[in-house]
Amino acid sequence: MVPRKTPASEPHIEPSQMVTLETIAAISTAAGPGAIGIVRMSGPQAVPIAQEVFRPVRGGADRVGAESHRLLYGHIVGPVDGENVDEVLLAVMQAPATYTREDVVEVHCHGGPAAQRAVLAILLQKGARPAEPGEFTKRAFLNGRIDLTQAESVSSVIRARTTTALRAAVRQLEGGLGDRLRDLRRELVSVLAELEAGVDFSEEDIDDLDREGLASKVAQVCRQLEGLLATAFTARALEEGVRTAIVGRPNVGKSSLLNALLMRERAIVSEIPGTTRDTIEETLECGGILLRLVDTAGLREGRDHIEVLGIERSRAALDSADLVLAVFDAAEGLSDGDRSLLAGVDPGRAILVANKIDLLPADGDGPAKGEDDWWKRGWLTRDIALVGANVLEGLGRVDQFSPPIPVSATTGYGIDELRDAVSRLVLEGQDLDLEEPLLATERQRHLTEEAHNHGQQAVCALEEGLSDELVSEDLRAAIVSLGAITGESIVPDLIDEIFARFCIGK
Amino acid sequence: MKKASKEGLQYEVVVAGGGHAGVEAALASSRMGRRTALVTLSVDKIALMPCNPAIGGVGKGQLTREIDALGGEQGRNIDKAYIQIKMLNTSKGPAVRALRAQADKRLYEDSMKAVLSATANLEIIEGEVARVDVSRETLRGLWLHDGRYLATRTFVLASGTFLRGKVIVGNCSYPAGRVGELPANHLSRSLEEAGIALGRFQSATPPRVDGRTIDPSKMIVQPGEELRGGFSHWETPAPRTQVPCYLTYTSANTHQTVSEHLHLSPLKSGTVSGKGPRYCPSIDRKIINFPEKDRHPVFVEPEGATTHEVYLQGLTTSLPVHVQELIISATPGLERARLIRPGYAVEYDYLIPEQLTLWLESKTVSGLFSAGQVNGTSGYEEAAAQGLIAGINAALSARGVEPFILGRDQAYIGVLIDDLVTKGVDEPYRMFTSRAEYRLLLRHDNADERLAEFGQRLGLLEEAQLQAVENRRHQVGELQAFLDSTTLRDDGQLNAELESMGTSPISEPQTAGQLLRRPQVALLDLMRMLEASGHSPGRYDEKVLEQVEIRARYDGYIQRQLAEIRRHRATEHRAIPPGFAFDSIEGITVEARDKLTRLRPATLGQASRIAGVSPADISVLLLHLHRAGSEGAGTSAAISQP
Ligand SMILES: Cc1cc2nc3c(=O)[nH]c(=O)nc-3n(C[C@H](O)[C@H](O)[C@H](O)COP(=O)(O)OP(=O)(O)OC[C@H]3O[C@@H](n4cnc5c(N)ncnc54)[C@H](O)[C@@H]3O)c2cc1C
Ligand SMILES: Nc1nc2c(ncn2[C@@H]2O[C@H](COP(=O)(O)OP(=O)(O)OP(=O)(O)O)[C@@H](O)[C@H]2O)c(=O)[nH]1
Ligand SMILES: [Mg+2]
Repeated sequence: MVPRKTPASEPHIEPSQMVTLETIAAISTAAGPGAIGIVRMSGPQAVPIAQEVFRPVRGGADRVGAESHRLLYGHIVGPVDGENVDEVLLAVMQAPATYTREDVVEVHCHGGPAAQRAVLAILLQKGARPAEPGEFTKRAFLNGRIDLTQAESVSSVIRARTTTALRAAVRQLEGGLGDRLRDLRRELVSVLAELEAGVDFSEEDIDDLDREGLASKVAQVCRQLEGLLATAFTARALEEGVRTAIVGRPNVGKSSLLNALLMRERAIVSEIPGTTRDTIEETLECGGILLRLVDTAGLREGRDHIEVLGIERSRAALDSADLVLAVFDAAEGLSDGDRSLLAGVDPGRAILVANKIDLLPADGDGPAKGEDDWWKRGWLTRDIALVGANVLEGLGRVDQFSPPIPVSATTGYGIDELRDAVSRLVLEGQDLDLEEPLLATERQRHLTEEAHNHGQQAVCALEEGLSDELVSEDLRAAIVSLGAITGESIVPDLIDEIFARFCIGK
Repeated sequence: MKKASKEGLQYEVVVAGGGHAGVEAALASSRMGRRTALVTLSVDKIALMPCNPAIGGVGKGQLTREIDALGGEQGRNIDKAYIQIKMLNTSKGPAVRALRAQADKRLYEDSMKAVLSATANLEIIEGEVARVDVSRETLRGLWLHDGRYLATRTFVLASGTFLRGKVIVGNCSYPAGRVGELPANHLSRSLEEAGIALGRFQSATPPRVDGRTIDPSKMIVQPGEELRGGFSHWETPAPRTQVPCYLTYTSANTHQTVSEHLHLSPLKSGTVSGKGPRYCPSIDRKIINFPEKDRHPVFVEPEGATTHEVYLQGLTTSLPVHVQELIISATPGLERARLIRPGYAVEYDYLIPEQLTLWLESKTVSGLFSAGQVNGTSGYEEAAAQGLIAGINAALSARGVEPFILGRDQAYIGVLIDDLVTKGVDEPYRMFTSRAEYRLLLRHDNADERLAEFGQRLGLLEEAQLQAVENRRHQVGELQAFLDSTTLRDDGQLNAELESMGTSPISEPQTAGQLLRRPQVALLDLMRMLEASGHSPGRYDEKVLEQVEIRARYDGYIQRQLAEIRRHRATEHRAIPPGFAFDSIEGITVEARDKLTRLRPATLGQASRIAGVSPADISVLLLHLHRAGSEGAGTSAAISQP
């Protein structure tokens, strides 16, 4: 083809910069309770917004942004009555010496997740919008902060984050929430169809609009959205902790590992394979991170109805987990069963656990089989990675997974190392990014709130007698917001609805 | 076919098809200075209206206004040929108002042919384009069925319903482009050989009866309206006596008749295989789908001043002719109506539009453009809009100049083409205002402000025409500024006036601009109140006042749409270089990669609307575009002077 060609621009609106003028915000702390939460904002409105919502303990609001890269101590204040929402440290970093090369403001919150969400909500109210998965990184890249050669890795970060966010979003929509949002959206589409049929087919034989009836339908939807907003959207990741599933074949010591991590006898342990029949959940703090540990029934062909049900639950736990502890029996080595199980596990969010290391035969200066207190001797000081490597070698390499952590659930050997490995993966792992689930939830909440607000405007517009095309603007906006959660697009739905409901055309 | 010789005539642009798409394409190209040929099957049937005798309507009317604002012909032509005109949706806001005019079909054809004949650089040729001469994915010329060869690098295909056309009435079907016209049976194969995929659609038209045999006393009269202007922004239509239409409704009797003969319907017998439009259901289809409705409207529309034919909108059918007669006579007011032309359906090949670029050029064969019904649309306005854009781009391409693309935020034309080439069609596409996300901005009343500058830069409008638009824009700004800076306080008189208008009195001083945002306050009244309180807003013509009033009424909503546009602009108009290797992108889903590779979108905005491409895929694509280091990142190039 002829070398070509860029599209024409319109005459009256200036072509804008590559990076939009929007300011984005997100909670960007990885870890759970105890840790300081950071709410981060980037974009041209970051500083003005901060000035509006932050009251320094000393000096006036003009101190905000007066000096770059300086921490200020003060409070975030509520938008309505100016009450203190949280005690915070505020860092204003002016472009271009920032991660995104835009103005960046970080609010270091003092309180827990609830306070962080409250702070974020205030920033969003003031005009920031929730960041999309990986958007800070994306801006960093687009603004030349990150080298061009890193494009590949940046895109994989975005992809990974999106996947995590997607998983979180999907999880969020489980348990009927997704269905309810879809129903409410459908209800709005049907109202819109009545309006639009009148607009596009005004000459046809369409009954007059029952504006009151429509208003009450929309108001009803709004009330339901309100109900959802009050209950449904909690940032599960921070509140519930990192969902961590302990999975493996029967009898590899999953329940024993749960007990060892909890340091109490929570689950029943026995030498009979298939002991655990239902999932068991417990919370555990691990290096500042809250883990929601789920012990599962051993994975194999179920022998009876109950076991089959238990195994289904194990699979569900595996699928929805942020983190997987995949346990196998070090003494037996990696069996075919283990391998096929591992095939269904995402290496980026899994830790291989080689349990029953105490049963490993002694070799050279290693411990002898059955020698109870070998871990207390000098042998213990050996580099744990080396042990891991030895184990791996004995087992054959498992592609893509990091080396297994050798542990003994009964003796306690390696349990601390396992804890470390868990917190390392949670804090540093790309795939296991706690910002994203949170963000996903936050976006859904924000979108639902938007839908609710637009819905209410539509009700007002209907009641005040604004003309149909304006009512329809508000309804559309509400439908688009909900569609952004449920992944449905408006035009085909609308047109289908019009033709299904009205007999239109010549 | 005679052995063809390549020693033929040479043209910069050749257009096949003298329908509504073809004439706009040929006019645009020749007016832009390209040596252009218009080849059509019959020179006696140019700009023929094979279906309803009307131009405009909600959505479609906006298209015609846009065509006119860019320098196209449809608006001016219907202004010459209408016998009735109306503004629709006057009970609703300005954004969804639209003109609709009944045409004298014959006059419409004749005046369009006169314009074509008077246009420099344009030659009309009767003939059938039978084969495309393509080598190395590039168009080299065209063979006509009679053996002539036309050498050209740019070709606009506007063949309407003619490609392998088949007419169906009852259980009888035969090859034809329309009733009484030969089909174009050769070109489809040649296109397929060049790698272009075709689909099959169907469309139908109602019977025409003799206007002297209908009984208007049993129907509702639908008169025209005296309006200030017509479709064209540039000329005021000559005054004329308008002809009324009539409205009647089908009766239980009509429905009974249809039901009794449904087994003869081509819908049932399977004679029709192509997919038809849902918004043009035949009377058979309406009765099957909506059995609970006890009547359907039938609009009785005259087809011209020199014929007695009247069109029965609402009675579309391709049932056998004797059944059509029964259905007509079962309908109140039409008991004695004499059938002149039976209704029929036509089935035809269309070009699957996802194979086209946003400037309507084939992605498979360089230099091959297509427009109109052959792209899977229906309607004169949709056809003309595409014809204009294809003609402009064929002319630009003949000169090697960058293409001209209108965005979804600029024009219904942009919405139309983007929908077609990005989302494809599963029934003949028709415009509805609800397809446009920026409907409040894409209005009937501001088409010239949105588009005239393009028309002028392309060479389709005179400098003076643009100047008139700019002057008005300037005056609108001036008056708005005046209103926003003039404060009114209550002097006893003002509040009394406000209350008499049915709106609340003011307690604090307010600007005139604020008062105008109240739906009850008309600008003319406001101007009067201003004069009364000693301010002098100056004199402005009606179009200026209209604009100021509309903008005030829509203010908040317009701001919201503009904000939305700015939000999307960066991605929307970000160009993707033509040879971009979509198949080598890592980090996007397999589905997204397949779709992108197949559709090869021209902008990021277009890519984002492809089903199966997620926002994350777009982010990754954006990063790859950056890495590909295409120059001029982020800004979209302005159109070049042709
Ligand atoms: C039976 C029928 C029913 C319709 N019903 C509706 C309806 O319900 N609603 C609606 O909106 N629209 C309807 N239309 C469609 C409306 O007429 C078209 O949308 C509009 O005319 C399309 O314009 P066009 O320029 O694309 O093609 P057309 O107006 O069909 O013009 C095509 C032209 O191309 C010429 N041509 C074709 N092939 C060749 C060739 N190979 N070489 C040279 N010349 C060629 C023909 O001679 C003709 O002049 C109907 C049309 C028909 C025939
Ligand atoms: N020697 C040794 N034995 C262990 C270790 N961990 C678990 N066991 C033993 O292995 C057997 C199975 O342990 P469980 O914890 O019940 O195993 P499980 O994986 O939960 O089994 P199911 O619930 O049946 O799937 C018990 O007899 C445990 O005492 C270990 O580290 N060393
Ligand atoms: Mg167990």
